[in-house]
Amino acid sequence: MARVVVMGAGVSGHTACTFLNDWLGSEHEVVVVTPNSQWNWIPSNIWVGVGRMSSEDVTFDLKPVYDKVGLTYKQAKAVSIHPEGSEGESSPYITIEYTESGKEGTTEVLTYDYLINATGPKLNFAATEGLGPDSGHTVSVCTHDHATHAAHKLQESIEKMRAGETQEILIGTGHGMCTCQGAAFEYTFNVEHEITLAGVRDKANITYISNEYELGDFGVGGMHIKRGGYITSGKVFTESLFTERGVKWIKRAHVNKVEAKKVHFETLDGNQHEKEFDFAMLIPPFSGVGLKAFGKDGSDITDTIFAPNGFLKVDADYTPKPYEEWSIEDWPQTYQNPIYGNIFATGIAFAPPHLISKPMKSPNGTPINPTPPRTGMPSGIIGKTVAKTIKEMILNGATEPTHKVSMGEMGAACVASAGKGMLSGTAASLTMYPVVPDYKKYPDYGRDLDHTSGEIGLAGHWIKHTLHHLFLHKAKLKAGWTLIPE
Amino acid sequence: MKINPYDQNDYTPVPSKFTLFMRKCVIWQFIRFIAINLKMLVVVSKSH
Repeated sequence: MARVVVMGAGVSGHTACTFLNDWLGSEHEVVVVTPNSQWNWIPSNIWVGVGRMSSEDVTFDLKPVYDKVGLTYKQAKAVSIHPEGSEGESSPYITIEYTESGKEGTTEVLTYDYLINATGPKLNFAATEGLGPDSGHTVSVCTHDHATHAAHKLQESIEKMRAGETQEILIGTGHGMCTCQGAAFEYTFNVEHEITLAGVRDKANITYISNEYELGDFGVGGMHIKRGGYITSGKVFTESLFTERGVKWIKRAHVNKVEAKKVHFETLDGNQHEKEFDFAMLIPPFSGVGLKAFGKDGSDITDTIFAPNGFLKVDADYTPKPYEEWSIEDWPQTYQNPIYGNIFATGIAFAPPHLISKPMKSPNGTPINPTPPRTGMPSGIIGKTVAKTIKEMILNGATEPTHKVSMGEMGAACVASAGKGMLSGTAASLTMYPVVPDYKKYPDYGRDLDHTSGEIGLAGHWIKHTLHHLFLHKAKLKAGWTLIPE
Repeated sequence: MKINPYDQNDYTPVPSKFTLFMRKCVIWQFIRFIAINLKMLVVVSKSH
């Protein structure tokens, strides 16, 4: 009997562990270790953040779902990896610390035959002084709890506007090296929509602040689409939406400090600026969750298997090279650790070889560029691909990864919706192929323009609703869940 | 919104009344709903 341990139960980890459990049957054991008791459909946190959904609408308890299919679930956080075992334990193992009520702080050794690191990101609010809802001055929509808090704060601002006060609303990225601009983009338009519905739009000055070189970069180096007889940059598409909704924007910005009602930021030209706000939702940068790794003799080998940003090294080409020499071959395909062949990393937890957007630095040496997104559809696809490989290794004795997928050969579909009513909301629906531009195959724009598109309308809004229900259905392992694509 | 000459938003395209109407026209959007779903399915199938 083989044991597969999956660390993390987000989109990627949940996909990997549920498929593995389904394919391997009861002869093998799949164990999922996650500090959370609930699964969260994160894209709908945006609606929680404006009060249009509750936390309950976007989450469900994991234990009953895993119990139903016989998947071993431990509500605990992974602390360390021991890929060679130790002097007292010959098998590779991880150490975990329970977060489950009644067992908090209890530690355990968990041996494995195969390990998937799907721990997702640490929300690194500490990277910017004063950032975040816990000890800072800004709100967040990165978790459903954060989003609920954001909705309360937004409502307070709306009440002030109703009382006649003008409010400065600031939404965007809280550091020069953030990813997830799409979430900030979507939240901006939902906030604008709510304020309009409240009848106080004239009392709100809404500003979007971003580390993107141009709007529409989204951490993937922007995109081009065919529109109105032209091949148009996504910058035009995005700026048009901001103009239409009366939202100002600040780009190429690294927020370096947040005080009560004021952000300080540096722009790519090296100048320092300040911007006052009454309500601010700023996305934090991501880092690895801080897992440590140890050799058989107890020596710290964290730097050997993890990149400096805390993400796990996989089969990517990490050789430093200039932007002009980047190619899709740099990107991983198997997500297998090059040293320990039974360790894999999926979703946000794998270390990308480099950015996708062009690296930029201010004259002061401050990096101001989006980092690569690995959320949503790519996360799910990578999780399933790794699960297929491990299945082949366990059931058929494969010695090398049998399934491959690269972000240079993978597309993405995104919907950014504003409003929630079936006839009142509108959404931007985007598809791109591939996620990482391939300038060898598509020399002009790096992408296949037949499969890279963007349009705005009610249709996208309906798709967003459909995806919300579809992916919650899939994640709950209800009838036909294996047929729903990632 | 008011667009002032030489402001950042003075240089962007904005949708016409017809475009805004079509974005909310239920019949047209139902057709687009089918079309976008098909597009997304193609991208998803190319990615697996």
